[in-house]
Parts: sequence; structure tokens; C-alpha cells
Amino acid sequence: MASILAVDDSASMRQMVSFTLKGAGYDVTEAKDGAEALQIAKSNSYNLVITDINMPNMDGITLTKELRSLPTYKFTPILTLTTESSADKKMAGKQAGATGWIVKPFNPDQLLATVKKVLG
Amino acid sequence: MQQFHQTFFEESFEGLDIMENELLNLDVGNADNESINTIFRSAHSIKGGSGTFGFTAIAEFTHVAETLLDEMRDGVRQVTQESVDLLLKSVDVMRDMLTVYKDGGDMDADNIATVQKELEDMLGAENAPQEITNSDSATDDTALTGWHISFHPHVEMLRTGNDPVRMIKALGELGDISIVADITALPAFADLNPEDSFLSWEITLTGDINKDDVVEVFDWVEDECDLDIHPLAADSGTTIVETQQTTNNALPATPSVGAPAQVTKQAPTKKGGGEAASIRVGIDKVDEIINLVGELVITQSMLGQIGGEIGSDESHNSSRMEKLLEGLAQLERNTREIQESVMRIRMLPISFVFSRVPRLVHDLSSKLDKKVELVTIGEGTELDKTVMEKIGDPMVHLVRNALDHGIETPAERLAAGKSETGTLTLNAYHKGGSIIIELSDDGAGINKAGVLNKARTNGLVGENETLSDDAINDLIFHPGLSTAETLSDVSGRGVGMDVVRKNIKSLGGSVRVDSTEGKGATFTIQLPLTLAILDGQLVKVANETFIVPLVSIIESIQVKSENLNRIAGKADLYKLRDEYIPVIRADHIFGMNKSHSELNDRLMVVVEGDGKKAGVIVDDLLAQQQVVIKSLETNYQRVDGLSGATILGDGTVALILDIPGIIDMYKEKGAPVPPAPVNPDGKDPDIADEAA
Repeated sequence: MASILAVDDSASMRQMVSFTLKGAGYDVTEAKDGAEALQIAKSNSYNLVITDINMPNMDGITLTKELRSLPTYKFTPILTLTTESSADKKMAGKQAGATGWIVKPFNPDQLLATVKKVLG
Repeated sequence: MQQFHQTFFEESFEGLDIMENELLNLDVGNADNESINTIFRSAHSIKGGSGTFGFTAIAEFTHVAETLLDEMRDGVRQVTQESVDLLLKSVDVMRDMLTVYKDGGDMDADNIATVQKELEDMLGAENAPQEITNSDSATDDTALTGWHISFHPHVEMLRTGNDPVRMIKALGELGDISIVADITALPAFADLNPEDSFLSWEITLTGDINKDDVVEVFDWVEDECDLDIHPLAADSGTTIVETQQTTNNALPATPSVGAPAQVTKQAPTKKGGGEAASIRVGIDKVDEIINLVGELVITQSMLGQIGGEIGSDESHNSSRMEKLLEGLAQLERNTREIQESVMRIRMLPISFVFSRVPRLVHDLSSKLDKKVELVTIGEGTELDKTVMEKIGDPMVHLVRNALDHGIETPAERLAAGKSETGTLTLNAYHKGGSIIIELSDDGAGINKAGVLNKARTNGLVGENETLSDDAINDLIFHPGLSTAETLSDVSGRGVGMDVVRKNIKSLGGSVRVDSTEGKGATFTIQLPLTLAILDGQLVKVANETFIVPLVSIIESIQVKSENLNRIAGKADLYKLRDEYIPVIRADHIFGMNKSHSELNDRLMVVVEGDGKKAGVIVDDLLAQQQVVIKSLETNYQRVDGLSGATILGDGTVALILDIPGIIDMYKEKGAPVPPAPVNPDGKDPDIADEAA
């Protein structure tokens, strides 16, 4: 089954994302900020990265850029978690190389639908 | 989703604390970008989480506050004192809302609306809150026959992880699809860069399909491809030309070039690091472990005692016996270490309480037009979580009191030759098995004459009765006594200091005040570090074992009859150096068999509770040991004069004396109020001072 790296500084969001995706059979690894995610990502490979944008110790935009600069993650789908109000963040994410975004608030069904869309 | 709520509440309350703290530390006019960022991030997380977990009221409210913060972050808006105050108010509202969601109750809708209105006013009308939920694109644009789609990915589209094949598949799920691929842009094989995209497609999608569903497939790649979506004409095969524009209104037509600088450079915050090294565990789990360790301690001491008895029996002396005793000794060490480690889990730094104070001082000083500087010392001092939770409110009350009644207005201070700004100092430190919290101000101190007058008017103190300074100061803890000339809505009318003392007493602690008129006052709170274990002195009274908390013992002496004074034939006072202390007979108080009535040569434990001393007559002093406190309320019922019970190594139950409690009981039983002058020179030392 596909493996997913879920990055969010909010423990409740992380738990929710992880619980939902694990329930659907995905193999999920959690990271609490961009720096941790990058470190984990370097020593493993994932089929999908889902990252929050506003985080301490490296935000999601920087993480996306960093990941894209690694050969392993050149084409890996990266989704940013963003709120509707921060339209510029979606674009900033895209410019950094993100594949797309998931708009907060979302429910587990929406999350799964989006993940399925990317992972097929 | 329910299972994530607890985590959400915890992190959100933490987030609010962080916001509050950072807001209070903001240097208005020269705000630090990183602080604003931290505040924004907390608000943002709360908004995201509350929306996701269905707490929409918080999400909507937080959205407005977040917009304000976003403007500050982008440098569009100045950080003013007004906006900081408003944001602090918003933090309160959010905290209240969270509490209601967590514990139930009613939201203060008026207050929420008021603060939200203030935020909106500050933002200006053009920034009226947008809907958070994705309810845009209400276009009900359905082509009954289908759509023609020209999809021309840009060369670099693959590099964002987007895959045209995935999109075509998604379209295929919407209706019948026919696709013509255009390979004209494909270069010669030698020139082909596999990372680039060269293909484009003309797609005909037939069926009763909403245009939004088609657009949504290409949502992420709008600016990475040329896309035309035309409805198929109903009868002819021609298409009506309609260029696909950005339907999502929230998206700018051209992406802003260069993201805001702070997005890309976020220095690590103070919060980082520590988080990975901690886990969240329900307090009930910790308490269960503590309970079990308590049982373990009892079992261990039982084994130790039996081991000791067997070991002292000569006939058993063998190498195996020695090994058993060694093992028992090791068990004792390990048990103690486990107990200490487990107790430490419940210990938190007092900063959890202290952190509430800056906000309070900030709000109160502006309300009272006073200038106050807050100094905190020893924030890392640890104490038990339960004690901490219960000490918060009394502390808040004492701070209010200090600012309201203690520290003077700038004008008064200048007139008194002090600096304009008053200082409130919080100091916490460990002393023996207790934590001491000192709260001192350099204000006016307690108005002794005023307090005494009031007490006389209220009949608390007789007309001719003289009291020591300490006794007068102590009157402020009496119910219903307030001397403030004008009552304010800040610390109210004297209801409270008595509650403060009551609450602290119920934790097994004490509070006293030292005051010098014109110089200031210091409130000293003494609290046990934990409510679960106690260092105790085992004593024998009428063949029963009692435990006296070590912290309340001053000394143990042998009674000398020449120092005994019997008052009116019913109670005894003992002259201990320069003071007289009441003699308490535990066997009398608890209605036990009165062992001896003669006091000469008996052992007396001198104890102190609530600043009052007394001597407790005991038959024997036994060992000192740590005991695990078992609540009498939970296991039996409350008993006056006892604070709990414990199980000793031999399995018997021993009761723990509540020292302040038995001193009060003694007084109620009609003991004399010390003392009638019985000094050789005819003067009680305290009274002599007072009369001078």
C-alpha cells in the first residue's frame, strides 16, 4: 500500500489525518514540522507528502521546495493543507512545487477523496 | 472525529496561552516579526482545527482575529496598543468558547458579537469576514450534452507531481470520454527530456455534467496548462466558445510574484525541541500508577518488616537468608526511586500559574491607572499538578488585591517619595517538603488602624482588646473585612481573602501576611509539594499510632511541670521560652481512653499550623517515614482534626493529624485565648510591644 508522510504542527490535525488514512489502509508516518519531515523524508521514500503550511521550525512552503530539490521527491505528489482565506498560500505552495492543496476545514471523506485522486 | 477533540482542546488552550504570552510581550510600535508570526500561527491552527472538528463558532470568530494578525504580519497594519488589547480580549473570547465546547454550558453570545464587531471595525468594512466554508462558485452551469476540453499542459507540469493521465482518468469518471492526443510538440527522441511534458489533448466529455466538476479536476494546474472548456452544442457538433476564466474568486488572476518574505524564513521558535521529548498522557493513568506505587510501598515495607524480624532470629542465619535481606534492601531502594519518579510525573513548573499573572497585571494596571512592574523569580520551581490547579485562583485574588489595595497611584507614590512605578514580585522556591510562594508589593501596606477599627465595629475585636501587629494583619483573612475606602470592581468588598485562606488550607497549606505601613506587604503561601505522600512522624497516643506531618513539627520536648500553667482549671498553657502555647491532648480531642492525666515528664510535640503554635501530648515518638495519604472522605467520611489515613508496614491503619484543624478544635472547645499576663514581670512579650 502507498506510503504517506503527514506533516502538521497541530497534534489533533495530525492524528485525524493519520487515523483517517491508516483506516483506508495507507502506511502513514507523522512529522510535527518541516524540519522533522525533511529529515524523515531523506531517509525514507513516500508516495505522497501532505503538509500544513504554517509551522514552526520550517514551514510547509520551504519543506516543499526542499523536497523538490531532492531527486527522490522530484515527481512525488505534495499536497498542502491550506485555509480558503489564504489563496496566496495555495499559489505560494504551487510555486514552491506543490502538486495541489486540501482546503481546511475538511472532513475525513474529503481527505480520502483527494488522496485517492492523487494516488489513483 | 470525537477521539481527536481532547487533543484539539489541549493544544488549542496551549495555543491561546502562547498567543496571550506573546501579545503581552509585544513591543508596541516595534513588534518583532517572529512574535507576530507565532501569534498568527496559533490562531491559524485553532481556526483550522475548530473548522475541521466542527466547532464552527470558534472558527468563524478566530477567522476575523486571524485576518487582523495576517495584516500585522504582512506589515500592512501597525501594531498598536489598541489592537493588542483587542486581540487579548479575543483570546479570552476564544478561551471561553473552547471551554463551552469542551465542558458544555452557554456561550456568551453578546460578548462574542461585541468583540467580533470591534475586530471587524478595526479591520474596516472592506474586510468583512468571508465565509470560511468553501461555498463559492455557485454556478449551476450544467451542460446537458457535455463538454469539449482542450488541455495543453505546460512543459514543466510534471515537476509539481501532477500527472495528466490522472486528470484524464478523473474526467472519465464523470461521463463518457473520447480523447485525441496531440503529439506534434514531441521532439526527436534524442532531444526528449523525460521530465518535461510535450503532449496535449482534445477531450470530449458527454453526459449531464456540471461544469464545476470538470473545472475541479484541473483545479491544481490552472496556471500550469492552457485550458479551454466549451459546452457541446445541444444539436450540432459545434461548441460555444467560452474561455475558462478563474472561477475561483479567491484566487488572484495572476499569482502574486514572490511570496511574503517571512513565509520562507521562519526561525525556530522557543516551542520547538521540547515537544518531541514529551508525550500526552491522561492524568487518570498517572494517578492510577501513583496509587499502585502507593500499594507497592506498603507491600514493600511489610516485607521489609517481616524480613527484619526473620533476619534477627539467629536460627535462620544462613547465606540464603543474607541474600533475601539484600534483595529486600534493594527492593526498598527501587521502590523509593519508582515512587519519586512517579511523583515527578505529576510535578509541573509553577510557571503554569505565574504565566497567568502578566496578563492580569497588564489589564488591572490599565484599569486602575497604576504603573506596575512585575518581577517573577523561580518559575521553574515544581509542584504537583493538583496543587497547581487549585492555587491559581487564590493567587489571582492576591494579585488583584495587591494591585488594587496595595500599590498606590503614581501620584500617591510620588507624594510618598517612591518611584512612580510600583513593583509586584512573585517568588517561588522549595523549602523542606514544601513550596513557598511569596507575593510582595512595595505599596502602602496594610492600614492597621483601619483594619482594627473595622474589626472593632464588626465586633471581631473587643473595645479594650489589644492585638499584636501580626494579629491585626491576620484579620484581613477574616470573612467580611475590607478597609478600602472606595470599593472597586477589581477586588471587591473583602469577600475573598477568607476564601483564599480557606482554599489554601484545604490543600494542606497556609498563608500569612507581613506588612509594613508605607513600605508594602508580602503574602507568603506555603504548600505541600504533593497531596499524595507525606513525610510523617509516627507517634503513639493511647495505644494508637498517629502521624504528625513533619513540616508542621517545630520540636519535641519533655514537659516540665514548672512551665505549665493551668487556666481556670480546665486547660493548660505551656511556657515555651518567650511564648505561651496551648497544650493539646489528642486523646481528649478524639475521645479516646485518657491514658494519664499527669503531664509532668510526658512528651510534647510542638507543632505549628496557620502560624499558630501548640503542643501535642503524645505517649511515644516512633519512626519518621514517608506515608502514602489515603483520603478519609473517599474511603470513609471527613473527620475533624484528621487529614487522612495511611497503611503502615505491619498492615495497620494510622490516622494523619490535621494540625491547623486540631488547633481550631481545641479553641472551639472553650480553651482560653492566650494569654493572661503570667510573665514574671507581669507582661506578655507580645502585648508589651503593642502597648509601647
